[in-house]
Amino acid sequence: MKVGNVVGTVVSTVNIPILDEHRLLLCDIQGVDGRPDGYTICIDVVDAGIGETVLILDEGNSARQILGLETGAIRAVIVGVVDELVVDGESRVVT
Amino acid sequence: MQLARVIGSVVASEKADGLEGVRFLVIQPLDKNQEPDGRTVVAADAVHMAGPGELVYFVSSREAAEALPVRFVPVDHAITGIVDDVHLGVES
Repeated sequence: MKVGNVVGTVVSTVNIPILDEHRLLLCDIQGVDGRPDGYTICIDVVDAGIGETVLILDEGNSARQILGLETGAIRAVIVGVVDELVVDGESRVVT
Repeated sequence: MQLARVIGSVVASEKADGLEGVRFLVIQPLDKNQEPDGRTVVAADAVHMAGPGELVYFVSSREAAEALPVRFVPVDHAITGIVDDVHLGVES
């Protein structure tokens, strides 16, 4: 899993059917130093909001398991909102 | 999933089994500010409606094949949606 920050939303009307019922959020992925290192568009199952620090699962089989699907082209899912993050003994700013 | 811009199409009459009827488009991956980021790739069009110039999002790796009608086809990028709007809420 990865730690990320929700920075935006993505809206689409034409998409694969699985995505019809889910909100898509654009998340920066935190690098080792806490700065953004790439991004990914995630399905949100925890009602995360823009600006929040979140836990991102980026693996297809686990993503399908969470959504109760046998098949489906999904990979990145926001599975938690982070309350506290400590790296190398130092507390990171969590929003 | 990542954002990308459709910049072209690929036509192939001889394809691996399971890929009959699948459209292939050339896409340029984009960063979150919609600037080109990385090399262009060929992606299967799982929504059947994407066309040149459109902003789309795509899925990579094994999940790409899951977007197509026949499972376990040799595809590693697939367009899974056409973007109406990207709203970036906070600068970072």
